[in-house]
Amino acid sequence: MGRTLAQKVWDDHVVRRAEGEPDLLYIDLHLVHEVTSPQAFDGLRATGRPVRRPDLTLATEDHNVPTTDIDKPIADPVSKAQVDALRRNCEEFGVPVFSLGSREQGIVHVVGPQLGLTQPGMTVVCGDSHTSTHGAFGALAFGIGTSEVEHVLATQTLPLKPFKTMAITVDGDLPAGVTAKDVILAVIAEIGTGGGQGYVLEYRGSAIRGLSMEGRMTICNMSIEAGARAGLVAPDETTFAYLKGRDHAPAGTEWEAAVEYWSSLRTDEDAEFDAEVVIDASALSPFVTWGTNPGQGLPLSASVPSPDDAADEVDRIAIERALEYMDLAPGTPLREIAVDTVFVGSCTNGRIEDLRAAAEVMRGRRVADGVRMLVVPGSVRVRLQAMDEGLDTVFTEAGAEWREAGCSMCLAMNPDKLAPGERSASTSNRNFEGRQGPGGRTHLVSPQVAAATAVTGRLSAPADLAPVA
Amino acid sequence: MDSFIVHTGTAVPLRRSNVDTDQIIPAEYLKRITRHGFEDGLFSAWRRDPAFVLNDPAYAGASVLVAGPDFGTGSSREHAVWALQDYGFRVVISSRFADIFRGNSGKGGLLTAQVPQDVIERLWAVIEADPAAEVTVDLEKRQVSAGEVVAAFDVDDYVRWRLMEGLDDIGITLQYVDAIADFEENRPSWKPTTAS
Ligand code: SF4
Repeated sequence: MGRTLAQKVWDDHVVRRAEGEPDLLYIDLHLVHEVTSPQAFDGLRATGRPVRRPDLTLATEDHNVPTTDIDKPIADPVSKAQVDALRRNCEEFGVPVFSLGSREQGIVHVVGPQLGLTQPGMTVVCGDSHTSTHGAFGALAFGIGTSEVEHVLATQTLPLKPFKTMAITVDGDLPAGVTAKDVILAVIAEIGTGGGQGYVLEYRGSAIRGLSMEGRMTICNMSIEAGARAGLVAPDETTFAYLKGRDHAPAGTEWEAAVEYWSSLRTDEDAEFDAEVVIDASALSPFVTWGTNPGQGLPLSASVPSPDDAADEVDRIAIERALEYMDLAPGTPLREIAVDTVFVGSCTNGRIEDLRAAAEVMRGRRVADGVRMLVVPGSVRVRLQAMDEGLDTVFTEAGAEWREAGCSMCLAMNPDKLAPGERSASTSNRNFEGRQGPGGRTHLVSPQVAAATAVTGRLSAPADLAPVA
Repeated sequence: MDSFIVHTGTAVPLRRSNVDTDQIIPAEYLKRITRHGFEDGLFSAWRRDPAFVLNDPAYAGASVLVAGPDFGTGSSREHAVWALQDYGFRVVISSRFADIFRGNSGKGGLLTAQVPQDVIERLWAVIEADPAAEVTVDLEKRQVSAGEVVAAFDVDDYVRWRLMEGLDDIGITLQYVDAIADFEENRPSWKPTTAS
């Protein structure tokens, strides 16, 4: 029987296989950031173990870093201690690190792909659940915990039990104004936050093929929000064109050899998935979340649901709690929900294409009175490119704040936070209680919807806006 | 790591589904660089509510947490496991766990016992009727019992073996360092490195 893409990548990395034990899998790329690594490096020190392959390891500072005044020392002493610990650990163990102020610094999942370090058929791990982003290249990429970080540092391998595979086929043409973010929010609403548990998701179908690498990364990024550890897309010409010429991409005859291998990385015709979901792309529309987990989403044209709509008792309590936390009444049209803050950024939607899309909506328009809009590029490179294209001016002229690169308000470990009770439209990936600051309320949206919402002050799509005079 | 065979203790009913790791321990606690002392961060937002179950003195000293489905979703932070352990929990029982959380628990020695939701409901009934009721979690027999409730739980075979033996994963893997070196010999030359 044929194999799926995920199985092929898996099989090519098995170091050791024994009956009744997990497979020992080789890891091609280990990305590290300051939050989930200090205890792992401590573990190495305590046992006297070195990092086996510093040359397959890369660290960046992203979660804690401020997005203003980056030439000054980090003001929060606890954040500073964590960033300092990363620098010390990388120095001691010989791991390359992109520090604040470096041209290569940025969110770990933006940095790997933009350097060409993430390639098809690789295994990529990081102590961060959104490592699934790298699956957009046809890599098997997943988040790990700190004990596993230590394990990879020490051995460049991980003992793992095979995943099941799920095909998510999105066929048809996406209507105008519908983006990768809307697709993945709709997928999660369809299968639920636990629907992908135990699976690697393979996104297929003409709508996925038609997406750019940025769009595919947005989709794979949020696989974890459907409970899946990984999501991937088979590599194709779009993938190869994105990689060609990047700093760490193969060159010359090596490029030919790599492309030949990469081209073999697709699910065989006769392979069977353990589960399949089919989504009609042409039926999708801009999607937003109303609740406190990413599965609680609806088309923008819908209204806030009622606990009475729940499928069962567990769901009813979940809806009730979410509405209470979000301070929303059942039946309120989503378009009437007013926000205080708009956040454009994160590893979901902080790449150049996302900033272009948001800027396109903002051009010639103004951020509504009483709304603050933060635009935080995913990396310094993205920031510089956006400035080359004049996007920073579009944002600042519209009244938005143009910031330095980092995770920022995606998880509010740095000073960028919602105040208690404040409400945001955010291009990030998690609307959990307090995610963007204690008591803060988050609606997940695409960059286009974020920008349109900034203009009207209420959840809106670009199509709702009057044309620019 | 201590070996885990049987554990008996009192239990807390957490009547919530989708308990994500941001709730188990919010991001602000992740700035610490130590491995212990996270008990203050456990469910810290919820604990501000006096009515939250962990604030109920009847459940003080409990070591088993009985939660609704989809426990541990979201962020991969292993701090969630450490916070539960530092607070005193040895076992979490739920009808479904998020994968990464479950993996992290296994590494750290926290047992995640998965049972059908109707067993969760029955366990809740027992421990709500009598907060002092003892719950026994027998990893050898893969069985949880409390009052009249006796049910099998699901746990990965390999994780069970490691927990029962109290073994550290890295030590196990380093026995195969030759196989790792062989594999490295055969990696294609075009695979990227992070060295500049
Ligand atoms: S941007 Fe958000 S989701 Fe992405 S790595 Fe940073 S904190 Fe995590």
